[in-house]
Amino acid sequence: MRPVIPYVTAALLFGLGVYGVLRRRNAVLVLMAVELMLNAVNLILITADTTVQAVLPHGGQVFALFVIVLAAAEIGVGLAIVLQLYRMRADVAVDRIPLSEQPEGQR
Amino acid sequence: MTGVDALLLALGALAVGSAVLVVTTRHLVRAGLYLVVCLGAVAGMYLVLTAELVAWVQVLIYVGAVVVLLLFAVMLTRAPVGASDDLDRPGWPAALIGGGVGLGLAALLVDAYRWTTVELPEAGSAERIGAQVFGSWVLPFEVLSVLLLSALVGAIVLSRPDIGSAGADRSAGDGPATEDRERSR
Repeated sequence: MRPVIPYVTAALLFGLGVYGVLRRRNAVLVLMAVELMLNAVNLILITADTTVQAVLPHGGQVFALFVIVLAAAEIGVGLAIVLQLYRMRADVAVDRIPLSEQPEGQR
Repeated sequence: MTGVDALLLALGALAVGSAVLVVTTRHLVRAGLYLVVCLGAVAGMYLVLTAELVAWVQVLIYVGAVVVLLLFAVMLTRAPVGASDDLDRPGWPAALIGGGVGLGLAALLVDAYRWTTVELPEAGSAERIGAQVFGSWVLPFEVLSVLLLSALVGAIVLSRPDIGSAGADRSAGDGPATEDRERSR
């Protein structure tokens, strides 16, 4: 097994995730790009687990499981925020949120 | 180049290709479906890399739960079904930074590993990973369960209009959407 193949795949996935986060305007698509970045990190962890012989066996795979749980928590809270934003503004474009003003009736 | 390498190369190309479509497509729903392809290809790479348990957890949680939740959000925000033109910001900086990060990391890793070969270790079956999680990593595991609970409570508080000081003057018509969302979790 040549570890350079999954490593390069993970690097390209991470770059695509960064591009998506910076480029996309719809908040749901931004969350999808964040998922791509988290997957790239998981792929790096799994590949490192098979490549590097650590003191504790399978530490990388355990960490990947932890990252998957963190991603689930992140997507739950993130989508709650996005839906709340849609309810307040009827719009989920991340660059059309006026950060300087206090919306009416909200705190 | 062995069969394992060819398989990894094919799955990697599939993952990167569908990830490109996720960040460039103009259809919101199609972006979610391409994300399924990408995550499935990454799960296949985990299987080839002998991480069995992580691969199945990936299929269960990512493809099964996270993508469904994302598609729920797409529909609850009343996204248009066809192509929409205002999904992207004008972005040479995004292409520059994203390309720089991706190609920079790739160059770094290629320089570190070149074309070397390693032997695949024994498979990370549920038994071995479970022994590790509940042996060496039991404290982070418990902390993670507390974090998951707090995220759950936070999401419920955020999406219920009748909790908190801001809930008094919100319209009552939000109710069904909120309940749908909670049920989908």
